[in-house]
Amino acid sequence: MNYFPDEVLEHVFDFISSHKDRNSVSLVCKSWYKIERFSRQRVFIGNCYSISPDRLIARFPGLKSLTLKGKPHFADFNLVPHDWGGFLDPWIRALAKSRIGLEELRLKRMVVSDESLELLSKSFLNFKSLVLVSCEGFTTDGIAAIAANCRFLRELDLQENEVDDHRGHWLSCFPESCTSLVSLNFACLKGEINLGALERLVVRSPNLKSLRLNRAVPLDTLQKILMRAPQVVDLGTGSYVHDPSSEVYNKLKSAFQRCKSIRSLSGFLEVAPRCMSAIYPICTNLTFLNLSYAPGLHGNELTKLIQHCRKLQRLWILDCIGDKGLGVVASTCKELQELRVFPSDPYGAGNAAVTEEGLVLISAGCTKLNSLLYFCQQMTNAALITVAKNCPNFIRFRLCILDPIKPDAVTNQPLDEGFGAIVQSCKGLKRLSLSGLLTDQVFLYIGMYAEQLEMLSIAFAGDSDKGMLYVLNGCKKLRKLEIRDCPFGNAALLEDVGKYETMRSLWMSSCEVTLGGCKTLAEKMPSLSVEIINDTDQMEFSLDDRQKVEKMYLYRTLVGHREDAPEFVWIL
Amino acid sequence: MSQPLLGVEEEGQSNVSSPSDDCISQNGLGLKERNYLGLSDCSSVDSSGVSSLTEDNKNNLNLKATELRLGLPGSQSPEREPELCLLNSGKLDEKPLFPLLPSKDGICSSSQKTVVSGNKRGFSDTMDGFSEVKGSVYTEKIWMFPGAGSDSESPQTVGHGKYPGNPGVNVMLSARSSGAQASVKKDGPPNALQERPRAPNGTSLKQTGISNNNSSAPAAKAQVVGWPPIRSFRTKTLATSSKNNDEVDGKPGPGALFIKVSMDGAPYLRKVDLRTYSTYRELSSALEKMFSCFTLGQCGSHGSPGKEILSESKLKDLLHGSEYVLTYEDKDGDWMLVGDVPWEMFIETCKRLKIMKSSDAIGLAPRAMEKSKNSN
Repeated sequence: MNYFPDEVLEHVFDFISSHKDRNSVSLVCKSWYKIERFSRQRVFIGNCYSISPDRLIARFPGLKSLTLKGKPHFADFNLVPHDWGGFLDPWIRALAKSRIGLEELRLKRMVVSDESLELLSKSFLNFKSLVLVSCEGFTTDGIAAIAANCRFLRELDLQENEVDDHRGHWLSCFPESCTSLVSLNFACLKGEINLGALERLVVRSPNLKSLRLNRAVPLDTLQKILMRAPQVVDLGTGSYVHDPSSEVYNKLKSAFQRCKSIRSLSGFLEVAPRCMSAIYPICTNLTFLNLSYAPGLHGNELTKLIQHCRKLQRLWILDCIGDKGLGVVASTCKELQELRVFPSDPYGAGNAAVTEEGLVLISAGCTKLNSLLYFCQQMTNAALITVAKNCPNFIRFRLCILDPIKPDAVTNQPLDEGFGAIVQSCKGLKRLSLSGLLTDQVFLYIGMYAEQLEMLSIAFAGDSDKGMLYVLNGCKKLRKLEIRDCPFGNAALLEDVGKYETMRSLWMSSCEVTLGGCKTLAEKMPSLSVEIINDTDQMEFSLDDRQKVEKMYLYRTLVGHREDAPEFVWIL
Repeated sequence: MSQPLLGVEEEGQSNVSSPSDDCISQNGLGLKERNYLGLSDCSSVDSSGVSSLTEDNKNNLNLKATELRLGLPGSQSPEREPELCLLNSGKLDEKPLFPLLPSKDGICSSSQKTVVSGNKRGFSDTMDGFSEVKGSVYTEKIWMFPGAGSDSESPQTVGHGKYPGNPGVNVMLSARSSGAQASVKKDGPPNALQERPRAPNGTSLKQTGISNNNSSAPAAKAQVVGWPPIRSFRTKTLATSSKNNDEVDGKPGPGALFIKVSMDGAPYLRKVDLRTYSTYRELSSALEKMFSCFTLGQCGSHGSPGKEILSESKLKDLLHGSEYVLTYEDKDGDWMLVGDVPWEMFIETCKRLKIMKSSDAIGLAPRAMEKSKNSN
């Protein structure tokens, strides 16, 4: 029963933007459901196979912005075969046929074809924003179509995609009439671009706030661009190599001094270390600095640079900064909220690495830290306990010890106590990735304390089914669970099959679950899609139920089994 | 012919007259590391490669030719003998045949340079490539047991006077060098095991190496797919960036541009700052003076009648006459004759210099021949 006319409710719902809240609103009653669905403009679909395009279109006719995610997270690490799925094409075709006025499309880990991009560019007159993250399957021809046909394009953001670069003229495809660009990120493209076209595009885009160049853009072009676009807020450099005594470099220095708006800096794929002093003037205002693709910068240069960055909130860096460098970060960047330390040398015993000491220093100095991704050589329980005490605000805590089952470097004990301290102290923890030597005990802690946990990544951990059971029982808000190389078997898998309907997905690879167990699960839960992924050359799906399953991916779905599964995927 | 230099410097090992030997000897050390891992069947191959430096360079080259690095069996590798390189200088243009990494060879050599200069980053790069199969624990084991590695290799090493010293150093360098090799090839996902043939038996090598590893648990871990959990995009980009940065660092910056100068037969190398010269003549006179101590000895033994007068003209004759030829290795890893390109271009592309005996440079230096004719 409504006490207000629909229009009022609609107006109220306008203020509700979070997907979760909107979903909750739609469950209240039929009329709220109806009002909500007609007023909904932004839809987030975390697993593209959980719903079909038709049902999406039917429910939300006012759809303007769609976010889709395709492959499971472990696809990032080559655990999912190449053509497993996650195709954009059916979505675009369905949307193009409908009357949906799509304006924004954000994709992650999807397979995107040039044809899809072209269809997209021609089907939606008001299309404004395309964001592709970790996608693949397209070339610069598809990008050219977007550039050429989307007359009101505001955002073209390509992040870490595998793009087949035809070294074409895609940049020149932006018509002269296109003046609406706000954000352009082509850093992941590997090929040459037309520098003149780039400059002209920048000049006629007065609203350009975010520009991330690729490796092919030399420093002198960067300098010219900055002179024309001093309003830029987010900058990704191209090739940052030049003779520091040259005139071009001096011009760059003065260009940087004029760019008072830059708050975010990235790029530096090719970097001449002696050229970093040019950016010191912008460092004072930086809130985001990404040097994680710049192995050419040594610890000293990094620390010198960071000492200028007092307002930094997010820092992505390589471990060649070292523990000492992290100490400098800790004493300088008091506003730091997010830190990512990537390995410059992932497979070696490297001397350019960080240890638990760096993390402890960070935790002591940066008490606002809430998001961490830390690749290190070693860790100790004591360090983790200290970190937990210093930083109780972690929302995301991802620790990766390069040796996956390394114990406490000092006591040789498992790292259960350390991670236990983290989950106990950080009551708002939503995402956790574990590594190191871990027993079932850590999962007991997680089950007991990680009440807000939504995503958990486990590798080479645990002793028995109990570990997985602790987590499934304890973490009520768990949405995504991904497990590899753990001794969890059918008993854990089948203990509470209803749990998986409350989650988005479960990934288990190289564990102890058998085909029989998966079959049982699929039988009991028709609302789940249980996929067995067999990516070895032998395409035999042995019918022996006792055989262990190498890779299993299951997810809840409203539309049954997908029809685009390749041969090596068996949906039970 | 040339003797391996007993240099303390890391690059001493690679100083045996040709970049191919650089690769091979470094490769040899790299293989040494693999031998450490217990691949006795391969060590004979390696040692034959190493021991036959003087006479069997061509064999080495053939072995190298069987490597899959360029993908085309007949294509020239820059690591070949300098004379071959120069003879086939026209063919050098064919090098960028390899579809993925056109300047692979150049990258290889620049990776070597990074290795050779002991650059920390180079070490990272090489370990990056090297251990993609073996994994971190595996490599740690290598550090712990250097003795095992060097023992199996010691006959060869001592025989050639290479690194009579610290075997740990050998292992480390071989890690670097082999990693340098590997990092050149690594363009695909880090787990593409098939991209790793660095030696004639590369493929089988790594497999047997892992199976022969002393401890089985690290070996099993070493082959872990998808660990550490880094996006393949990042790994690939970093690999490319590292290579490019190696080249970047080699670029002339302000101030000094020191490059190594080696001379056949000299027990150690020198370094010169190319920026202090502005012409070839200045460079060559400086080199003559620098290496006079070596050439004088030769001069005496070659029958300059007793008078070892340090005369510039005599040295010039020695260096630019029939005795010696000045060559340099460029960015692409090719050994070129000094003097062909304008000076500015030369200092931008020159990575190292080598004073070779003319006898090694057959067909290499018609100019040198002319000079010798003239001076005679």
